[in-house]
Amino acid sequence: MADSAYAPADFSSWTCPAPLRDHDRIVMGHGGGGTLSAELVEHLFAPAFGNKVLAELGDSAHLLMGGARLAFSTDSFVVRPLFFPGGSIGDLAVNGTVNDLAMAGAVPAYLSCAFILEEGVELSVVGRVAEAMGEAARTAGVLVATGDTKVVDAGHGDGVFINTAGIGLIPDGVDIRPQRAAPGDVVLVSGPIGVHGVAIMSVREGLEFGVEIQSDTASLAGLVADMLAVCPDIHVLRDPTRGGLATSLNEIAAAARVGVRLDERSLPVPETVANACAFLGLDPLYVANEGKLVAFVAAEHADAVLAAMRAHPLGKESVAIGQCVPDHPGMVVAATGLGGTRVVDMPLGEQLPRIC
Amino acid sequence: MKYLDEFSDPVLAKRLFDDIRAVTTRPWSLMEVCGGQTHSIIRHGIDQLLPEEIQLIHGPGCPVCVTPLEIIDKALEIASRPDVIFCSFGDMLRVPGSGRDLFKVKSEGADVRVVYSPLDALKIAQENPDRQVVFFGIGFETTAPPNAMTVYQAKKLGIPNFSLLVSHVRVPPAIDAIMNSPDCRVQAFLAAGHVCTVMGTTEYPELAERHRVPIIVTGFEPLDILEGIRRAVIQLEAGEHTVENAYPRAVQPEGSPAARAMLSDVFEVTDRAWRGIGMIPVSGWRLSPKYREFDAEHRFSVTGIETEESTVCRSGEVLQGLIKPHECAAFGKECTPRNPLGATMVSSEGACAAYYLYRRLETPDKEASSVG
Repeated sequence: MADSAYAPADFSSWTCPAPLRDHDRIVMGHGGGGTLSAELVEHLFAPAFGNKVLAELGDSAHLLMGGARLAFSTDSFVVRPLFFPGGSIGDLAVNGTVNDLAMAGAVPAYLSCAFILEEGVELSVVGRVAEAMGEAARTAGVLVATGDTKVVDAGHGDGVFINTAGIGLIPDGVDIRPQRAAPGDVVLVSGPIGVHGVAIMSVREGLEFGVEIQSDTASLAGLVADMLAVCPDIHVLRDPTRGGLATSLNEIAAAARVGVRLDERSLPVPETVANACAFLGLDPLYVANEGKLVAFVAAEHADAVLAAMRAHPLGKESVAIGQCVPDHPGMVVAATGLGGTRVVDMPLGEQLPRIC
Repeated sequence: MKYLDEFSDPVLAKRLFDDIRAVTTRPWSLMEVCGGQTHSIIRHGIDQLLPEEIQLIHGPGCPVCVTPLEIIDKALEIASRPDVIFCSFGDMLRVPGSGRDLFKVKSEGADVRVVYSPLDALKIAQENPDRQVVFFGIGFETTAPPNAMTVYQAKKLGIPNFSLLVSHVRVPPAIDAIMNSPDCRVQAFLAAGHVCTVMGTTEYPELAERHRVPIIVTGFEPLDILEGIRRAVIQLEAGEHTVENAYPRAVQPEGSPAARAMLSDVFEVTDRAWRGIGMIPVSGWRLSPKYREFDAEHRFSVTGIETEESTVCRSGEVLQGLIKPHECAAFGKECTPRNPLGATMVSSEGACAAYYLYRRLETPDKEASSVG
């Protein structure tokens, strides 16, 4: 290097952009399951529909009809590719809504199914999706009882979009809501996290992580039933899909005005997921799952519930990952492996891969 | 990849913390140059566990943060054109230009695509011969070689509809600029390991000697960072100022000759403006005359960008290591990842974003202390 190769920088000329205004159009982040999604619902949809049932803003609505307690939920599926290791959009369309119902403690019963098909998509593809849905519904013990089909011009869809809605009965004595999280509750998770999101990324982006990673898509209704059999008084259940475990925990902490404290060393992150996330600069806590649940259970019931979870095929690797605390209400804090702490915040939109 | 566990081992980390504590007798200020290191430090809570005397100052080593506003506005203008497919790494999409970002441009109909490699953009160009495909080539010496290789391939294969919007920057001139600042508080540097993987370490001894600062080439996992800190403190305590390689599993003194040759062929050194710091002579790369036809700035004639500045954001001082993110009055209030006033709050590697996302529950008093 030459002597005095660089002149002193002009520190008076640093630049900084004007603040971004709130978006005046829908951006991809509005569908990411994070803060942007929540604000869209809270500030645009909820005021327009304005009713007490919707105001709960749970994954399922809790309804009282003719003396029966029903859980009612809907979800849309726009995944690309349509088929991926371990499942398909058809599996997700059934399991996603079934799991939303199960997270209310309900026994899922009936689904509706609305297809939005793009002109030009092959019938054989639609057939494979429908077959997958039928198989998933049989496995979950639900009936697809009603449906609809629409076709949009070529270029105005992505092959196959699906919406499903579902209803199920909530058993007597069961009251599962995020607002019921209480200090002292143990936080349980039913197995390895981040698997579905990494599986989708690996095929969508053509990334290979050494071994094929299979989506964990599954109906959790049976697992929930086994948990409720040993402890009807489970406080909270969530299936941490978009936005991952971090988003679900933040939603619960905010709804109940409690703190959540995680032990990072207890988090079940498979090596393949850890490696993929390290490679892409992502945090496994924010990566989607499609066959996992997180439960908040009073400490005196935690061992029994954990044992029931581990006895079920979909919960064999269940672990306790932390507890609910009275400190830092609305905030999720993780104890790091080295002994420090970090705040696990609500994501804004979707996680973005980091440059380096 | 088992390094992920091995280099995060809490038992070994505790030993390193103890070693650092044992050798530290007085206050020292160290700057970690790379944003990836900043993230690792905050995410693992490393700075909370260091001795009170050790202050870490976050350097300007986030390529997203230091990309000049002018370049981002050029990117937005190019991306808005109907004949363009604009390809970028993911975390550039939320960097605000003058009132817009690439997400907003995309929502208005622009064809903006996230790619994981510049070669993906080249493939898109081959698949879309009737469209102009532009790749946003930002970053340090780490991302410059693959971008150079992509331009080399575009020329070799004769792909006329591909171009590169270049905003590459070099680390050593930035270190020099920081040390030349009269306000500089940095007493040792943790140099960015991956930059040195490409460029080697030959540029650093002269800097270490002239500014009398230890420069420790450091990796990114917790144990790497702790080892870098340990070696820096040992040198500071002994009054030494040499270059040490604490990341030998990835860094050779000569770096990667093949990558350096590619850089020399495709790029030429140029003066480059850094957001938050200003113009630093010879701190950047641009396409060399041989490859100028692939320069998106020339191809799309993007000029005359005017910038409206925020008066409250202090990202410039954060980037220079003069203040911590939370010392800015706007931090966490007017300025959040959702409404970023400055680039340091936009990127997942930016110091402000790292503080916001992984902020500790209480701010240790030691962070407010000034080490001059």
